[in-house]
Amino acid sequence: MVESVIERITRGHFWDFHGGIHPPEQKVITASKPIKQLALPKQLIIPLQQHIGREGDLLVKIGDQVLKGQALTLSTNPMTVPIHAPTSGIISAIKMSVIAHPSGLSQLCIFLDVDGEDTWRDRVVCTDLETLSNNDIIEKIADAGIAGMGGAGFPTHIKANSKSDINILIINGAECEPYITADDLIMMEQSNAIVDGIKILDKLLSPAFILIAIEDNKPKAIKALQQATQDIEKMKVCVVPTKYPAGGEKQLIQILTGQEVTSGQLPIDAGIIMQNVATCFAINEAVRHDTPLIRRVVTVTGQALSKPQNVWALLGTPVNFLLEQCGVQAVENEKQPVIMGGPMMGFSVASELVPIVKTSNCILVPSRKEMPSAFEKESNEVECIRCGQCSDVCPSQLLPQELQWSAKAKDYPQLEKLNLSDCIDCGACAYVCPSQIPLVHYYRVAKAEIRQLQQLDLKAEKAKIRFEARKLRLEKEKIARQAKQKKAAAARKAAMNKATPEATGAKSAVAAALARVKARKAASQAGGVDSKNNATGSISSVDEPIDAPVDEQLSPVAAAIARAKAKKKLKQEAALLTPQSDVLAKETLAGEPEKKPAKAEKQINADDKKAKIAAAIAKAKAKNLNAASKPSASVAPPRASAAEKTESVQTSVEKPTNADDKKAKIAAAIAKAKSKALAKKAAQVSAETAELEKTSAVGDKVPAQVVQDNIVDSKNERTPAPTADKKAQIAAVIAKAKAKKKNKESSKIDSNVSHNDQDSV
Amino acid sequence: MNILLAILVLGSLAAVFGALLGFASVRFKVDADPIVEQLDAILPQTQCGQCGYPGCKPYAQAVADGEAINKCAPGGEDTIKKIADLMGVEVLPIDESHVQGDAPKSNRPKVAFVIEEDCIGCTKCIQACPVDAIIGAAKQMHTIIIDECTGCDLCVAPCPVDCIEMRELPDTIHNWQWDLTSIPVKQLD
Repeated sequence: MVESVIERITRGHFWDFHGGIHPPEQKVITASKPIKQLALPKQLIIPLQQHIGREGDLLVKIGDQVLKGQALTLSTNPMTVPIHAPTSGIISAIKMSVIAHPSGLSQLCIFLDVDGEDTWRDRVVCTDLETLSNNDIIEKIADAGIAGMGGAGFPTHIKANSKSDINILIINGAECEPYITADDLIMMEQSNAIVDGIKILDKLLSPAFILIAIEDNKPKAIKALQQATQDIEKMKVCVVPTKYPAGGEKQLIQILTGQEVTSGQLPIDAGIIMQNVATCFAINEAVRHDTPLIRRVVTVTGQALSKPQNVWALLGTPVNFLLEQCGVQAVENEKQPVIMGGPMMGFSVASELVPIVKTSNCILVPSRKEMPSAFEKESNEVECIRCGQCSDVCPSQLLPQELQWSAKAKDYPQLEKLNLSDCIDCGACAYVCPSQIPLVHYYRVAKAEIRQLQQLDLKAEKAKIRFEARKLRLEKEKIARQAKQKKAAAARKAAMNKATPEATGAKSAVAAALARVKARKAASQAGGVDSKNNATGSISSVDEPIDAPVDEQLSPVAAAIARAKAKKKLKQEAALLTPQSDVLAKETLAGEPEKKPAKAEKQINADDKKAKIAAAIAKAKAKNLNAASKPSASVAPPRASAAEKTESVQTSVEKPTNADDKKAKIAAAIAKAKSKALAKKAAQVSAETAELEKTSAVGDKVPAQVVQDNIVDSKNERTPAPTADKKAQIAAVIAKAKAKKKNKESSKIDSNVSHNDQDSV
Repeated sequence: MNILLAILVLGSLAAVFGALLGFASVRFKVDADPIVEQLDAILPQTQCGQCGYPGCKPYAQAVADGEAINKCAPGGEDTIKKIADLMGVEVLPIDESHVQGDAPKSNRPKVAFVIEEDCIGCTKCIQACPVDAIIGAAKQMHTIIIDECTGCDLCVAPCPVDCIEMRELPDTIHNWQWDLTSIPVKQLD
């Protein structure tokens, strides 16, 4: 099939596409003049995005000195092409500025103050193409920021990196739009460079044939390219008949190959790739000369200019600079319309500060006589007369009048049925319309709205997905939470019922606490009963089940009760004694208590010695324990008194908390509990004895002193004391011994409890 | 005899075609898109709940069950028209009682915006957002993912410091629309 196509082309026979128009060409204004090199403008305004796709990431900041050809943005995505500094200078601002877009909206632009030096960055000139791999070339094209220069601005490296088999590579030099001669001139002047660029594309895509399509109204360009390609078998210069819009991608393919690219299809699906001649030139510059895309040929034309011609414009050159260079003649009382692009497909720029970008091929400044419609604010549109001329000229074989009605009615489904998306915005229909209906405008509005609706639909779809996902997530979280709660509840229940060590520990702790409370109750009751009998009874009652720090608050009360009872008892006894001795009751009262403890001593005489020994052993043990639990215990002299013990306990309380050893802590806790209880009890006992002594020391001063000594300095307790003191001491010792015994038991429970506590922690 | 033959022929023909049709109706049954799905596709999926239902799907279900079609404030008249077309009922003006704030006055899409210096990081708006378009954590500043925000307004009320407001999306060349009737844009520099 390709052969027959080539045969036909060599015979000079081409196919035709439907419709098309022959507007006045107006190319002679600029076609005969060479491309002019312009002086550097003072400032360049470089939009970050000059192509289809996304803008790159900024590489420079305000105040940076940049060299010619230095990259200003970084491409982070395949659809992004970088931009480069067109000349050396300083970045003066990075801000929003009006760009070359029909909306007149602003976009982020880099403002480059030109320093006039035009200093290049380092360039690596590639002399031999064979040394580069295809990937290297693609990378060079991408890094040079080349985007299709015919008008669409599609990133070239994507097109050049096509993986599918390419039959035909078409180089588009048709340039069908009136006025524009930029491609014509570049073909005339740079034919060899263009052919070199085509060779690079040939290397990348390796197509079967390369067709260079040029309209027959550019004889000089045709001749130049024929000369440049005469030795190359693969390349054919195809002179196609002049008709607008022959330069359209699908139209040109149909002219050259007879193949129609159907709706929704891409040329690449038919094995065809098309590149603009200016793009080929840029590829050659980028690959061989390491020159990024920083300038392009722009046709500055129109009858409002005194010197219309093609110029090499640096990207970012403001339109007004170009107009000045080409001698714009000011129009009185009116804003001179400036059209970017051709007369058919271009748009009026919103500001003369709009910069030249990669896709700008023409600046048209028409005079009123030349293009009156450009000066008119109001549209001269009248009703459609259904003449049908528009559908005769439509190159896409659409029904423009139908489209127009649907567009006005905003009937988007109908527009889609009428294949609005295949409209190439060529403007042929509007050109021929006798009612001067700006058909293309209506289509553009409708296209933009359809695109907007599609985006909204996409967004709604996304929102729906996100909403569903969120619902699912919340549901999952709820289920997970419930399961967790259930599990925790079950675990708690199991722990309460099962006989696991932890459970038993917890149980025993509870049981111990309960037992303690019960015991305390019993003790207070028993204490009340016991103390009726005798003082020692009261002491033993204190001893009984009262234990552990828990009882600390209650035990003083119990002790006080016991004391009070003991006092009462004493008084009774004293009262009993007095009549017996027949001495003055009051005088003998002083001696009485001495006898009373003796009595008490006698009562418990049997186990006195035993108790003493036991007490001594216990004390020693407690002391050892204390000493072990707190290293600083050695500081305090080993005193056996109750008062001292409370002291040492206090220190031991402080020290072990600092100790990091757990064992030591536990040991200390045990010791603490033990010694505390011990100390307290001892203190109680001694207080009791002291009380006894006090009562007995009404007439005698020595015991009172002893009491004081007993509290302040326990050494006195050990030293031989008066008889009253001795007896009291014995009682205290007995009490202590008992207390200790009790303590040991209780502290065992306590330590168990504390163990369990730790476990549970 | 002839009559009998005719009845026989016609009867057998009827039986054959009846069987054929019956088979075809089972074999080539087309599962029509359920009306709820179609309604859900029309609704704007902002999940704002202004209709009184917890999301667009529940409202679609409700409309299918006979609920009024004019309760979708974000969808506006276009949506009501589409629902009316689908349900074969008359187009109704939008029910004002289901419009929160001044949402439909402007056609421009709005998105939530967190005034970040005021945000205390309470996460209340995150819990309110039906499409998870707010990022942030407890005691960390929150922010809106503009591309995901449906502009449903639901995060505005829960904010204890009133640091969320609805802002119109700016015009960019990506969402710009031609407006032939407007006064031409003129940039003054």
